Amino acid sequence: MSSLQKQFDVLVVGGGPAGIAAAISASECGARVGVVDDNFALGGQIWRGEHAKSDSKASAWLQRVNATAIEFVPGVRIIDQPKANVLRGEGPSGCIDILYRKLILATGARERFLPFPGWTLQNVMGAGALQALVKGGLPIRGKRVVVAGTGPLLLAVAAYLHKAGAKVLLICEQASRTSLARLGARLLIHRGKLAQALSLRKDLAGVRSLTGAWPIAAEGNGVLRSVVISHRGSTEMVDCDYLACGFHLVPNTELASLLGCRVQDGRVYVDHFQRTSRANIFCAGEPTGVGGVELAVVEGQVAGLAAVGQEDRAMKLFRPRRKLRRFAQALDRTFALRPELRQVTQPQTIVCRCEDVTYKQITQHRSWRAAKLQTRCGMGPCQGRVCGPAAEFLLGWTPDSVRPPVFPTLLSTISEMPPPETGVVESVAMRGQQ
Amino acid sequence: MSEQISVLVNGAPCIVAKGTTAAVAMLIAGAECRASVTSEPRGPLCGMGICFECRAEIDGIAHRRSCQIVCESGMEIRTDV
Repeated sequence: MSSLQKQFDVLVVGGGPAGIAAAISASECGARVGVVDDNFALGGQIWRGEHAKSDSKASAWLQRVNATAIEFVPGVRIIDQPKANVLRGEGPSGCIDILYRKLILATGARERFLPFPGWTLQNVMGAGALQALVKGGLPIRGKRVVVAGTGPLLLAVAAYLHKAGAKVLLICEQASRTSLARLGARLLIHRGKLAQALSLRKDLAGVRSLTGAWPIAAEGNGVLRSVVISHRGSTEMVDCDYLACGFHLVPNTELASLLGCRVQDGRVYVDHFQRTSRANIFCAGEPTGVGGVELAVVEGQVAGLAAVGQEDRAMKLFRPRRKLRRFAQALDRTFALRPELRQVTQPQTIVCRCEDVTYKQITQHRSWRAAKLQTRCGMGPCQGRVCGPAAEFLLGWTPDSVRPPVFPTLLSTISEMPPPETGVVESVAMRGQQ
Repeated sequence: MSEQISVLVNGAPCIVAKGTTAAVAMLIAGAECRASVTSEPRGPLCGMGICFECRAEIDGIAHRRSCQIVCESGMEIRTDV
């Protein structure tokens, strides 16, 4: 027996915009709803911390949660499905089993990273990552920052850092000016998004910004000192304190895979009612394809309503969802990675940061599986969440099947015993390096 | 000014604002989070509990994702183990 059990009509995994919208929609129909998240507060990445308070939509949704009987289970990471209709998690008080009738997966997305020389230096990190750290108390005032990579997140992060007092020296977007202009034209039919884009532009007035530019190296001795940018065939070195660099987002599909839901082209397959290929399991938001917060909220509402048998109400959201999905497809096209980016990874560049496996070592093998078996790439604590999408872009390799636990887990959790009070606790996935 | 608390990073006191994460406390203290398997110094990469680069020993428990943990007064963070 595990130490703790909970039971819900509808269990939502992930407390970001999709999960919150799903939980509220189901709860307002009278279902007993639980939301589990590995963070200690609701909001996910985008509605995190003080940012949520200044965002009227976010605070409206978060307040609506308080008016319901939704139970939030914080700080719990789902690791396994011990049997049908039960998820097992690891949290502050150890192992927890959560029983459900309907399950809604709203596991969000993570940044895509590309390995380039120096990307393992300290202070080279994701764009969203630097924003999250600043929200987590990192003093940024007066620090020199380069924001690079691709995707709508770059401008949002740059604006946030600029406002927080950082010296944003340069924004490098790998997409071309032409494809960005095409997206800009599309914004005319999405007035809300157009207003957002214009407001970001205004916030970033005076900040130098390049399109068709990307980092090819970071330099420094242990800690970042400068970044080398490639732009129109020439290179430029910029001294900075932080490089915030992310190449758009990758859906988190690991839990869906573990549960046997069909995943195709890196996304969880869903039907009109956000139902996955497995009975009683729904999916909403970024895991079904990266589309941003508005789409995540609508998909969450559809999933929440469908999960409690309110299909007719869910259908009313199909139209707005269709419009937002078309915009998401335009984003995918605009921020598709250009083939030249494959050349930034050098033979000696570390691809797998957990096990320090270089690109040269990986390319001795024919598949992700063979490379894993022979080099341990993708076998460390992150279980390929960072290097997997990179290898997919660089070599066209698709990830393997997912096995439990989907995250490194304390042995005490696995053996279903209460965690020890003190002492050394070893993680199963980390034994190889001790 | 928000309330300040004191934590220990590798035994040395480090003053941080309330609400600061353990990963940020390490950055403020100038400590690398971990040494990689080939002894490279590493710091946070994803900031959201995915990459495990910021893992450290916190209050005696090894391999904790420090970006997901908020500092508490007297918290002991060790990166030198």
